[in-house]
Amino acid sequence: MAVYAHSVGAQTYRFDNLKDVMAKASPARSGDFLAGVAALNDGERVAAQMALADIPLSHFLQEVLIPYEDDEVTRLIIDTHDKQAFALVSHLTVGGFRDWLLSDAADEQVLRTLAPGLTPEMAAAVSKIMRVQDLVLVAQKIRVVTQFRGTLGLRGRLSTRLQPNHPTDEPAGIAASILDGLLHGNGDAMIGINPATDSIASICAMLEMLDAIIQRYEIPTQACVLTHVTTSIEAVNRGVPLDLVFQSIAGTEAANASFGINLNVLKEGYDAGLSLNRGTLGQNLMYFETGQGSALSANAHHGVDQQTCETRAYAVARHFNPFLVNTVVGFIGPEYLYNGKQIIRAGLEDHFCGKLLGVPMGCDICYTNHAEADQDDMDTLLTLLGVAGINFIMGIPGSDDIMLNYQTTSFHDALYARQTLGLKPAPEFEQWLAKMGIFTQADGRVLFGNSLPPAFRQALAQLG
Amino acid sequence: MEKPPYDPHNPWLELRRLTPARIALGRTGTSLPTRAQLDFQYAHAQARDAVHLPFDHGVLRSQLAERGHDSVLLHSAAIDRNSYLQRPDLGRKLSDASAHVLRDHASAHPGGVDLVIVVADGLSALAVHRHTLPFLARLEEQIRAENWSVAPIVLVEQGRVAVADEVGELLGAKMTVILIGERPGLSSPDSLGLYFTYNPKVGLTDAYRNCISNVRLEGLSYGMAAHRLLYLMREACRRQLSGVNLKDEAHVQTLESDAGADMKGNFLLSPPDA
Repeated sequence: MAVYAHSVGAQTYRFDNLKDVMAKASPARSGDFLAGVAALNDGERVAAQMALADIPLSHFLQEVLIPYEDDEVTRLIIDTHDKQAFALVSHLTVGGFRDWLLSDAADEQVLRTLAPGLTPEMAAAVSKIMRVQDLVLVAQKIRVVTQFRGTLGLRGRLSTRLQPNHPTDEPAGIAASILDGLLHGNGDAMIGINPATDSIASICAMLEMLDAIIQRYEIPTQACVLTHVTTSIEAVNRGVPLDLVFQSIAGTEAANASFGINLNVLKEGYDAGLSLNRGTLGQNLMYFETGQGSALSANAHHGVDQQTCETRAYAVARHFNPFLVNTVVGFIGPEYLYNGKQIIRAGLEDHFCGKLLGVPMGCDICYTNHAEADQDDMDTLLTLLGVAGINFIMGIPGSDDIMLNYQTTSFHDALYARQTLGLKPAPEFEQWLAKMGIFTQADGRVLFGNSLPPAFRQALAQLG
Repeated sequence: MEKPPYDPHNPWLELRRLTPARIALGRTGTSLPTRAQLDFQYAHAQARDAVHLPFDHGVLRSQLAERGHDSVLLHSAAIDRNSYLQRPDLGRKLSDASAHVLRDHASAHPGGVDLVIVVADGLSALAVHRHTLPFLARLEEQIRAENWSVAPIVLVEQGRVAVADEVGELLGAKMTVILIGERPGLSSPDSLGLYFTYNPKVGLTDAYRNCISNVRLEGLSYGMAAHRLLYLMREACRRQLSGVNLKDEAHVQTLESDAGADMKGNFLLSPPDA
């Protein structure tokens, strides 16, 4: 196997293989230390970045990080690689690729054409030698547009997943959070519930409820109950109205096995969703969640750094034309991303790498109470991702998820991004908000209606 | 729950009685009003303080002694909270000195025991401070009839769930139960978790454990938690296993009865469409 060396002044640094260069070039984070793959010190890290910058992109097609024979995700990456698209950048090194991405030559159209020619490892590699502003600037050029009942990912738009979780799946409690979210203009990416109970009866009942609400109020959005893909398939078989098919995915076959899935199971889920033909504008219907550290936590990382493993998950995602992919960046805990600085950088890396690969990225901008992070860190990441052109973020009441016990972006946080960055919801949802008298947006400013929408006033009257 | 007063600036305030979620917070411009903002900050501060609160094992040991319980104080291989938070592997094993203490105890008391109760700070020492004694009191009432031999209560500083496997293996225990502080939520800084393992040994995965979560005043009661745990322990002894193959059927029954509830029975969908 190739040995990489890089000299800076009198000091020579050696790296065992491409996997080692990649891991040691990764900006510091606790998960790579936990895995024992990180650089020993800052000098070694930058030397690894220098060595990485000199490696030709074409080499990534020769030296795979996880053996082709052992891993179906590697096989997917290699077998679906588009050589014609890759020709645009096949002459470049990783460092040359960074320069090219930042140049005027790489515009929205060119980057869209290039996406199928890039492997996740190429995207991960270049991200490791990019600063935060580089990750924002390049991602901002890219737009990945998807459709189901609404159109997501257009320039100047930011969508939200309304997440009305309840600790015991109480229907009235869920409905209360849904109404609170809608009245704050949230929910165009989806209304998506993380169920507390995983019984099929309860999942089906929630799907029926979300479908009835969307129909009753003619909301141009889509519903999702975040359960295992096999449970969604079962719900479809039972004739339950199901819009988006959810699954957590990771970047290695072994990590996916720990989730009880493989590419075939995902294909079955995708086919089950397509069979219902429920999208009115398009049929992007898979909803995937990912997060750095998932392969390591399943002891399924093959010595590959966590950010590269994460990027490989996007190759899995893009194979199924997803509606949305969500990196749940701060959920996993401080043993993988220790503090606000690490969470912020990881969120921007994930968004950049996903977009570069042609994936409709959103981010659950979040943290747990044992991480060294707080609301200020979330505001920073939200602002940066808003500038970077993220497709969607979460929206929950008051940032407090009372079922999953973590903090993510609130209904108000999305309004902040709309006001400061002039970002509007999906066009179909924007019209619905105006029709209902919830709010309109002019020159970025959010103008709320003067009174409660009549349809919802009637619903509130039911409470007596 | 009391009906909140009507507020013209916050016209859907009454929805609050339907959920503990932070809904109907109002807004100033499009932002969070000061009161709601500071309420959140205080809740987060409490959760953070719970994570970093040191385990007051001295007080707990003397309280246990007053109730006639011997106890042993041990430490995991994680030297401090920073190391604990970043190195879960270290929190799952005992320090060398602590392992030595248990080996000595085992050679002085050969033949093993039926049950070891372990108490670890986990991510919330607050949970352990608040709930250990009252929960143990309820548990004792229920296990008295079983005539199980019980080891001294083992306290572990900077411990994670799997540390109980090493404790159980070293003491030759048939069963371990670990009481451990759970990751604090914004509205639950003091939630206690119980993990039960039959035939504990180092290296078991979570698939071999049963978990009873959210033991606290606003959550699962001590009595109900003790009842479920006893059910698991009896079934485990009968079937000689724990974990995913040993379902908490008492628990499953209550969840299943909820599952069929009519999800359409809520204000957004009533009256139903004609």
